[in-house]
Amino acid sequence: MIVELGHFTLILAFVVAIVQSIVPLVGAQKGWRGWMAMGEPAATAQFLLVGFSFAALTYAFVTSDFSLRLVVLNSHTLKPMLYKVTGVWGNHEGSLLLWILILALFGAMASWFGGNLPPRLRARVIAVQGAIGVAFIAFLLFTSNPFLRLEIPPFDGQDLNPLLQDPGLAFHPPFLYIGYVGLSMSFSFAVAALIEGRVDAAWGRWVRPWTLLAWLNLTIGIALGSWWAYYELGWGGFWFWDPVENASFMPWLLAAALLHSAIVVEKREALKSWTILLAILAFGFSLIGAFIVRSGVLTSVHAFANDPERGVYLLAITGIFMGGALTLFAARAGAMQAKGVFGLVSREGALVANNVLLAVSCFVVFVGTIWPLVAEMFFDRKLSVGPPFFDMAFTPFMVALAIILPLGAILPWKRANLRRSMQPLWGVLALAIAVGALVWTLQTGRTILAPIGALLAVWLVAGAAVDIWTRTGRGELPSKLRRMKNLPRADWGKAVGHAGFGVTIFGVAALTAWQIEDIRVAQIGDTYTVGNYEVTLVDVARVQGSNYVSTMAQIDVLENGRQLDRLTPEKRVYPVAGMPTTEAAINNGFTRDVYVVIGDPQDNGGWAVRTFIKPYANWIWAGAIIMALGGILSLTDRRFRVAAGAKRARAPEQGMPAE
Amino acid sequence: MKRLLLVLILIATPLWAVQPDEVLDDPVLEDRARELSKGLRCLVCRNESIDESNADLAKDMRVLVRERLVAGDSDQDVIDFLVERYGEYVLLTPSATGANLALWLAAPIMLLLGGGIAVVYLRGRAKPAAAEALSKDEQTRLAELMKD
Repeated sequence: MIVELGHFTLILAFVVAIVQSIVPLVGAQKGWRGWMAMGEPAATAQFLLVGFSFAALTYAFVTSDFSLRLVVLNSHTLKPMLYKVTGVWGNHEGSLLLWILILALFGAMASWFGGNLPPRLRARVIAVQGAIGVAFIAFLLFTSNPFLRLEIPPFDGQDLNPLLQDPGLAFHPPFLYIGYVGLSMSFSFAVAALIEGRVDAAWGRWVRPWTLLAWLNLTIGIALGSWWAYYELGWGGFWFWDPVENASFMPWLLAAALLHSAIVVEKREALKSWTILLAILAFGFSLIGAFIVRSGVLTSVHAFANDPERGVYLLAITGIFMGGALTLFAARAGAMQAKGVFGLVSREGALVANNVLLAVSCFVVFVGTIWPLVAEMFFDRKLSVGPPFFDMAFTPFMVALAIILPLGAILPWKRANLRRSMQPLWGVLALAIAVGALVWTLQTGRTILAPIGALLAVWLVAGAAVDIWTRTGRGELPSKLRRMKNLPRADWGKAVGHAGFGVTIFGVAALTAWQIEDIRVAQIGDTYTVGNYEVTLVDVARVQGSNYVSTMAQIDVLENGRQLDRLTPEKRVYPVAGMPTTEAAINNGFTRDVYVVIGDPQDNGGWAVRTFIKPYANWIWAGAIIMALGGILSLTDRRFRVAAGAKRARAPEQGMPAE
Repeated sequence: MKRLLLVLILIATPLWAVQPDEVLDDPVLEDRARELSKGLRCLVCRNESIDESNADLAKDMRVLVRERLVAGDSDQDVIDFLVERYGEYVLLTPSATGANLALWLAAPIMLLLGGGIAVVYLRGRAKPAAAEALSKDEQTRLAELMKD
């Protein structure tokens, strides 16, 4: 009964979304207040209806209702409760419902917190958000309905893919989706502004918190996914340049660019049409990402992912929204007149450079991702584009970005004097070069990667500190500290975010350059040395888990003769899903991880054991979390909460003609 | 489910990649083998190098790479041998020939294009500053004021 109600509310939500996408839009066009105001209750209603629908599906999973096809395919009575819940979005249909839920939530948030928006703009934003909702609910209802019943329910389910039964991955999709779908808000704002025909500083201020929210959740989502790959896939890689990963990385890059260009719109009323274009493209890449992941077009060797119907539908959604928005852009972008005037060397100039680097790097990832498809379709060449290409083509952009970042961040607006702006940074540069040189001498005969990584990291982190310090002005230390405390949160967010980028760069460089790997057959009781550690295989035993059987090894790790840890790497077999998994055991440390994996038993009675020393591995994700923290700090800035500037900007709006 | 596909595809069985019995005794050759393996695709996997893959074919290819190296082939010889045998699909780094030039040149060309547009734009933004600085009336007025 509850499931049927959920199905019904989803259909109702579809109808409400149609109303939401048409009525406020017409109202805004004609200037009918009543019709415009219709958007807000509709957005709230749509969210509540989808929310109920999602709750109903969750209920079906929690109670293991095996009359539901989706539950049979993705759940099992023995599965731990946490994974029964997260199993709701561990599949195509459920995850799409989660996507729609978040979409509806953002639409509702625009109506709840959009009180300071001009009513016309708000009505249009909510309408565009509603239109996206219509497209996706139709997609769900007509091609991937999660509420389909089975005529003859089986006694038990087929279990969730065991690799998804993991905390890192369980919470990876919600964050990622908040990111993807959050970009729909930037898109809606962009389209609304294009219909409106005007973009001003206030628009930049409104669109930024939404972009920031999307970007920081995308950051967390990607970091979780990467961290999961690191500990779950069994050889400690953290990024594979897989099409699925690239699908999430491209919107992230564009969202980062959008975040920065919106600042120029807000502060200087320039870069308007570019920012609008970025907002459209950022969401476009979210849609393309959904298409890549769900259609299986880039993974066609695998039949299970191959669903042409879904692919065609998603391609149509992408085409309609991108085509429509870009046409609108072409027609209206000319009306966006820039006001701000500034020199080549200025904060604006630096932000433009940031945008060029981020946008081109995104383009490179995009070309690399779809090239195999293009080559096969047009040139009849079956080829691969793998990590070596991406490492080579993408890394220079990040290095260039890191080089210009600290200077760009402290350049004054309008017109800057390079020599004067560099003054506080010379010390930082000297420190960075010194640290890079130190790393270079400490490591002998290895790649230049680690010294460069260390140099850039110090340059970024210390540069961020100097950024904050120079902001405190002249005077005695106490007054400087007081001023530092009173700096806007957005300034702190900026410095923290930039420092996080540096931390991640160092983690990536150090791990790539200094990893130690040991592969061997060990007999029980064998002790051997890996790096500075002594490793002993103590025992291997079979262990029964809740819904799996495990082969668990006991491995002692000694540092300087002292016991550091006893690690228990496992090989699990999930009988219901019929899938084995590896569970690496990791001793996490500030400067290194000790990472052990147990392999197959050998003919001579020993076990294959793989041991890695992974230097500074955690810095990669710590950096990402610090970046996200910077985003959160910025988001809590008083200006966004109070929207003081928004009120000021509203006054002239009322006096202006509608179109 | 973003990862679902990745997961299902990458992992048919637990990843184990290089097995202890494959490792060559000569550490220099083994290092070269590992380095080469990282750039060669496991043909039955998705986007996975033979160094990372646990598939049987990947194992055969790893062994093949090591055999060629032991036989005295240079790195390029090994790569050529594998390309001849399996096609260019085996290369994770696509060759910069023919249409692939477009792939390799995409980054520099876009950077030049983007950078060029950006510079033109920024110059354009700087100009009104000069034009707006002082109008003719203002200049004459300024000149008058300066006389005093």
